[in-house]
Amino acid sequence: MQNVKSPSPTPPKSADGGKLATQSRGYWATVWRSLRRDPLSIVCATVLVGLVLIAVFAPLLAPHSPAESTMVNRLLPIGSAGYILGTDELGRDMLTRLMYGGRMSLVMGILPVVIAFVIGTSLGLMAGFFGGWVNTVVMRTTDVFFAFPAVLLAIAISGALGPGLGNSMLALTLVFIPPIARVAESVTTRVRMLDFVDAARASGAHSVTIIRIHVVNNVMGTVFIYATSLVSVCMILAAGLSFLGLGVKPPTPEWGLMLNTLRQSIYVQPWVSVLPGLMIFITSLCFNLLSDGLRGAMDLKR
Amino acid sequence: MFLYICRRIVYTVPIALAVAVVCFSLVHLAPGDPLSAVIPADAPAEVVERIVQAYGMDRPLPVQFFSWLGRAIQGDLGVSVATGRPVAGEISRALGSTFTLALAAALLGFLFGTLFGTVAAFLQGRWSDRLVTGIALFGVSVPHYWLGLLLVIIFSVQLDWLPSLGGGSGSFGERLPYLILPAVTMSFIPMGIVTRTVRSTVSELLGSEFVTSLRARGLSTVSIAKHVAKNAAPSVLAVMGLQFGYLLGGSILVETVFSWPGTGYLLNGAIFQRDIPLLQGIILTLSMFFVALNLLVDVLQTLFDPRIRRS
Repeated sequence: MQNVKSPSPTPPKSADGGKLATQSRGYWATVWRSLRRDPLSIVCATVLVGLVLIAVFAPLLAPHSPAESTMVNRLLPIGSAGYILGTDELGRDMLTRLMYGGRMSLVMGILPVVIAFVIGTSLGLMAGFFGGWVNTVVMRTTDVFFAFPAVLLAIAISGALGPGLGNSMLALTLVFIPPIARVAESVTTRVRMLDFVDAARASGAHSVTIIRIHVVNNVMGTVFIYATSLVSVCMILAAGLSFLGLGVKPPTPEWGLMLNTLRQSIYVQPWVSVLPGLMIFITSLCFNLLSDGLRGAMDLKR
Repeated sequence: MFLYICRRIVYTVPIALAVAVVCFSLVHLAPGDPLSAVIPADAPAEVVERIVQAYGMDRPLPVQFFSWLGRAIQGDLGVSVATGRPVAGEISRALGSTFTLALAAALLGFLFGTLFGTVAAFLQGRWSDRLVTGIALFGVSVPHYWLGLLLVIIFSVQLDWLPSLGGGSGSFGERLPYLILPAVTMSFIPMGIVTRTVRSTVSELLGSEFVTSLRARGLSTVSIAKHVAKNAAPSVLAVMGLQFGYLLGGSILVETVFSWPGTGYLLNGAIFQRDIPLLQGIILTLSMFFVALNLLVDVLQTLFDPRIRRS
């Protein structure tokens, strides 16, 4: 509510489909302006972009190959010559593996939420807009998933399906669809009651048109903020599945799995073994802070 | 009131039934034949047939489901493929440890969460408020299995103060040191979330008109705090209930780090030995606890705050 101070509040979205496009650009520009003035969000965004770039360009940046192991150099401490962050239990360079590990960890942390966002929002929009039995079927189904603690559900599904990257991603996606659908449904139900939707319907617009132009634009923002807050949960959970041995298989570098295999070495090189976990922590912290910043910036409407 | 509670209980029945269906279908979600762990690969066809019949796998799925459910209600969750012992016995042995751990973590997390949240709400905007918000953020952002590992490194490896593995044996006093690290590790999640909830609820109440009028009438901070606490209780309680459920069901990672002999540790073993009956039994037990806990929280919440009773 303190954000109302902003000089250019968003104009309420009108029923005029043609005008809407320019107005939503104005809205995002306002959000961006407000976000830019928040130093914490900028730092977090920079860190995250940096992590993504490092992961993408790992082959160019990394000093060694992620699979190159020299048994003589096993478990070197941080700061060793040629191995700035030490080596793991098979003598592989930690810095290299942390760079490569970001690929799998970031994909496993972000992709399930993106897929769940698309599916969950569609389900929530349908349930909220059409109401009636569609709503009952969708929402009662999500109720069932809410009857499980999220961590248990993810582990149960990927445990039953068996270890593997695809299975754990599927499990994570299934876990995040119900909460996103529930948020989308409640916002849609509220938007549907607004006058401009009635006006559009009275002027003969088709349901699909109304949803596409009027409802989606007004629902997306809230659901998007909510989904960004789930990314940090998904990061921790995805790495957790790998930590249990349910995600990617060795020797693929992945932060959760690296933490698992280095667990045996905490008596030899404690500070090398905690590095992969530190990466998970930094990433999830940045996503959390950025999501908070985004919530503040996008809350201009209220 | 009585009617509302009855309705709420009746509403739980289909949910519980659906949860049972999900648990039951986990077996069929698993790739390959669920009996592949029992049947030797070179078994002749008639032996296979006899085993399939003995497990009732030749009957239609709905029949299988209801006979499974009927036995589950009577406490018979089948036999563990790995150990050959009844699943129910294995779970009940582990359940106590999980409960102890969840309870200890909840007590720590709720106590500090409430304390931090209240302090932050009363000191809004000052550096102490920022500090507390930071702690809460740490609690929700930190991968708790990693935090557990850090604590092991500091308190077991470096300082050698506390044991790092297992649940210990003997009297409560002898087992207590084993509980400390896992409980502290797990308490950070509910602490972060309870801090956030308490802070936002209390600060909203402090800005409300009735508190202003209490202040205007010259009430002391202590008695104002009492009024605020009474009004904040229902929503904070709901969050706490949910968090306790998450602690019970989500302890697998921490239990694995500390080899804590609870349901999570058991579940980890069941997954990797492809012990589907055990896996199914653990998930069913924990999720039924969660469903019951949700019911309890809802009922308690209405008792605290009759305004919540809707439709």
